[in-house]
Amino acid sequence: MTALMLSNVNKSFGNVHVLKDITLEVEEGEFVVFVGPSGCGKSTLLRVIAGLEDASSGEINIGGQQVNLVPPSKRGIAMVFQSYALYPHLSVRGNMTLALKQEKQSKAMIEERVSIASRMLNLEPYLDRYPSELSGGQRQRVAIGRAIVRKPKLFLFDEPLSNLDAALRMNTRIEIANLHRALDASMIYVTHDQTEAMTLADKIVVLRDGRVEQIGSPMELYNNPANQFVAGFLGSPSMNFLPEGLLGDGGQNTIGIRPEDLFLADDGPLAARVSHVEKLGGDTNVIAKVHDQSVTARLFGQHAISEGQELRFTYAAEKAYRFDADGQRLR
Amino acid sequence: MNKARQNPFNTAAMHGALILYTLIALFPVFVILINSFKTRRAIFREPLALPSADSFSLIGYETVMKQGDFFLYFQNSMIVTVASLFFVLLFGAMAAYALSEYQFRGNLLMGLYLALGIMIPIRIGTVAILEMMVATGLVNTLWALILVYTAQGLPLAVFILSEFMRQVSDDLKNAGRIDGLSEYTIFFRLVLPLVRPAMATVAVFNMIPIWNDLWFPLILAPAEETKTLTLGSQVFIGQFVTDWNAVLSALSMAILPVLVLYVIFSRQLIRGITSGAVK
Repeated sequence: MTALMLSNVNKSFGNVHVLKDITLEVEEGEFVVFVGPSGCGKSTLLRVIAGLEDASSGEINIGGQQVNLVPPSKRGIAMVFQSYALYPHLSVRGNMTLALKQEKQSKAMIEERVSIASRMLNLEPYLDRYPSELSGGQRQRVAIGRAIVRKPKLFLFDEPLSNLDAALRMNTRIEIANLHRALDASMIYVTHDQTEAMTLADKIVVLRDGRVEQIGSPMELYNNPANQFVAGFLGSPSMNFLPEGLLGDGGQNTIGIRPEDLFLADDGPLAARVSHVEKLGGDTNVIAKVHDQSVTARLFGQHAISEGQELRFTYAAEKAYRFDADGQRLR
Repeated sequence: MNKARQNPFNTAAMHGALILYTLIALFPVFVILINSFKTRRAIFREPLALPSADSFSLIGYETVMKQGDFFLYFQNSMIVTVASLFFVLLFGAMAAYALSEYQFRGNLLMGLYLALGIMIPIRIGTVAILEMMVATGLVNTLWALILVYTAQGLPLAVFILSEFMRQVSDDLKNAGRIDGLSEYTIFFRLVLPLVRPAMATVAVFNMIPIWNDLWFPLILAPAEETKTLTLGSQVFIGQFVTDWNAVLSALSMAILPVLVLYVIFSRQLIRGITSGAVK
């Protein structure tokens, strides 16, 4: 069964067309990540799914039921916000139980759900504290707990990690992945961070300017991007794009090579001058200029390379991607 | 800024200026208070002297208690002020929430229209208001005053509160919607507590002019049973003879409730003013 089905969803704010003909499906139990640069419409799409914004046209189905006119609280969804959005006047317990109380659930059931959720998220010692007495990570866990207790058909996460610091972000990312395994629930996760997208998703939806650029599993998108935008957006450091002319083929197309597919070779076709070296221990990122083009090479292990050095790179032709002038992939 | 604070000269100058201002602001209140405890002769001989054993007298307070129904006036003023503030805050906050939260046709125009009242003094409409009150039979009732003061306070309340309401996190309101709270619950339980400092600011700005007003009580509700404190105190001011003891005593007592209300609001008010200032 599909947890969510969008067909031809459009959204305009006045004259601004924010979402353009979005069509996609989320399978039961799937973790789908919407990713794209800021302003691409991914948060708006999430709000349309949640019912916080109305779609200008198109159909939204959650769990097989059309919900275009159903209010947010009746859509069977729960949402975790970037700013946590905890109720400041309620304790952690109060925050988690409010929605269930609104649904007039029995006391025993509420108590049971809260105790399961708080055990899952290690929130038991904090149940009687107020949001202002919690740290950022704890607040985020309360926000997630508030979603879990509702047992929704669909979880919506709106950039939940962007207010956390780097170490906590990694931990919470793993926690969310574990949570997805434990709950076996359908989740939609919005982020602009491609690392989060790659590590969490069963399926990634890449958005740009309100359009879906490509949908697929992380490795599909990484190995087989449909266009230059997707190729450049996923992967860190991002893909190198060089005009075909630089490589001696004389065409007008663009060649894309991933940083890890560039190798040092004394007789390689790319002559480069090193402009910066990032030594990470396990890897060495070399940023170099090939004519006027900046190129990043990711070399495995440690290398004694310094700024200003002249190097030659080679690459495997079968690992290079070709894009036409419009950025479409040529196969 | 920190540096300026630590500099002893700057600190002294800052405190000096503030103390000077406090003295100037409190001086009239002080003069009223000390003179209310003096005999009539002493008031005129040495207006600035403290009451001594010789000049001490409670005659003013006695007159006030005996003459006129002072407690009724007091109660009228209190009812009018508190009720007006309540309606100004309630309707002002609701209108502000609608303007800041909902997208509808004419939103901006409606906001401007409601703010227009800030620039037009309500007293210009006195004649029309009086005719209206006569037609509806509200003359000489406290409702006449409450309605007028509510109308008078709304423009500024809507203007200030809608600015503050725009700053309340959208995520919080949306979280409430997803949890199934009604729009009224979101407004009363989530939004209002967060704009409490702004509410206090509006309350103080409105409270003092209402409490002190003489114009509308004189025109709309001059009857004995609806007189407010300010109007009631006027009985001691005659065309030829003024009972200064009584006037000063009445005024001293009139200061008290405003002071109490102000203390209640002031902690919120300070937060309201500063948070508005840095935005």
